Amino acid sequence: MKTNTDILKEIIDIQKIRKDFPILDSIINGRPLVYFDNAATSQKPWSVIKAIEHYYTDLNSNVHRGVHHLSQQATNAFEASRKKIADFINAAYDHEVIFTKGTTEGINLVAHSYGKKFVQQGDTIIISAMEHHSNIVPWQLLCEDRKATLKIIPINEKGELLLDAFKAMLDEKVKLVSVTYVSNSLGSINPVREIIELAHRKNIPVLLDAAQAVQHIPIDVQELDVDFLAFSGHKMYGPTGIGVLYGKQKWLNQMPPYQGGGEMIKSVSFEATTYNELPFKFEAGTPNIEAAICLGAAVDYINETGLENIQHYEQELLEYATGKLSEIDGIKFIGTSDNKASLVSFIIENVHPYDVGVILDQLGIAVRTGHHCTQPLMDFYGIPGTVRASFAFYNTRAEIDTLVEGVRKAVSMLAVK
Amino acid sequence: MTINEIQDELIEEFSLFGDWMEKYEHIIQMAKELPVIAERYKLDENLIKGCQAKVWLHPDFKDGKILFSADSDAIITKGLVSMVVRILSNHTPAEIVHADLYFVDAIGLKEHLSMTRSNGLLSMLKQMKMYALALQSTQNVN
Repeated sequence: MKTNTDILKEIIDIQKIRKDFPILDSIINGRPLVYFDNAATSQKPWSVIKAIEHYYTDLNSNVHRGVHHLSQQATNAFEASRKKIADFINAAYDHEVIFTKGTTEGINLVAHSYGKKFVQQGDTIIISAMEHHSNIVPWQLLCEDRKATLKIIPINEKGELLLDAFKAMLDEKVKLVSVTYVSNSLGSINPVREIIELAHRKNIPVLLDAAQAVQHIPIDVQELDVDFLAFSGHKMYGPTGIGVLYGKQKWLNQMPPYQGGGEMIKSVSFEATTYNELPFKFEAGTPNIEAAICLGAAVDYINETGLENIQHYEQELLEYATGKLSEIDGIKFIGTSDNKASLVSFIIENVHPYDVGVILDQLGIAVRTGHHCTQPLMDFYGIPGTVRASFAFYNTRAEIDTLVEGVRKAVSMLAVK
Repeated sequence: MTINEIQDELIEEFSLFGDWMEKYEHIIQMAKELPVIAERYKLDENLIKGCQAKVWLHPDFKDGKILFSADSDAIITKGLVSMVVRILSNHTPAEIVHADLYFVDAIGLKEHLSMTRSNGLLSMLKQMKMYALALQSTQNVN
């Protein structure tokens, strides 16, 4: 049973949280910033900003090679961060956490290395109709190279995957399923448990693009039994230029390296080179040490706030925003799945999304407009793009009211009479 | 009027506006007044690919002068396009090639020409100058 203290702990102290993110005090075009572009990148708390300063002030040194004190310290901090991230997603081993530049690099790594080992002419890779370009193009490149086929799980008008169609695609030719956990354009949370279970029945591994999931939904990779999981640091309150590829060691051990260079080798001669063990086999060259360490600080921040609290609060924001925005004449939501993360994508009759974005910017409101790097999805809906407002746990209902008022103003200015 | 005289005229027009809303309302008004481009010119080959808004541009060459017609599916972009057309259209290739479009900065619309805006306006300007340059070099050869 929950005690009163537990219940109190669950409540997001929004005023305290907002003080943790200094950029939220910005004045844009003479008005307080309303930042609703969190799905593009999130803002950073003081603890992450200070960790960056601390790294360059006290720790900076190259990792893994030096015998000197600073190098030891930097290495310890770097590996401690890897462990934090492994714990955060409940990986079985720390070495299943590979540091990358971001989600895009993680997916490219799998397409390249897994593809080289396991994908042959005539094989199939499955993605979905709602993928970000970064989970489309690497597979197109692989399929072109291997003369393999790319198949697409269709969606319905609400923006939900059609699982029966997916089931029908699963045959012995399928070598990998790569789908997004949460759609960056629609907000749909995909039924990843079912997808993984269905694929595993046919011994097909699954990669999840978790770029839009890891900051909203608690993820346990062992419980999900997912084979690969890619995400970015900058969307989860951490620095840019760092991301994570989680892979089950049974796959990672069988895959050839992605890039060659320092750090990823055991020994090099001109005749033969032997590769280092995991995770270093996939981390050629000096990594983004600062960002890797400070991603650990971001994970600490999320853990202190509690991802379940964050999820709960963000769902409330989503409900509130959906309700308020639906009162606007001519609005149409793109992405109306029953199960959504905290973003709303919409279009307004006779108004171009770009124009709405320009007017909202004048009002200090940051939203994203356009195709959100999901052009095939926009083609499915027959629209040039949407206006997307994506919420984080530092946003408030009052800010949503400002957005609604801003959209009304934009419509009154822009509507072609 | 010369290119700079038209720019100065625009700058003066905009100096009358007190706040951003009036400024944008004027841009939207100009969009509505832009002569409609003939449907037959709304071809993919006349499409300038911006990231978000579509911009069509069609050049004509008559009596030594270039006449531009244009359109956009986004109304603010269309308003900006109409200003550029008003300034550059009906001038010689040489005048267009050497035009310095200072009005954008002067009326506080610089952000619309930045790379991040991706509204096709910057690409449109480049396209207009390239067209003028191509015509100019043909004339020089002749």
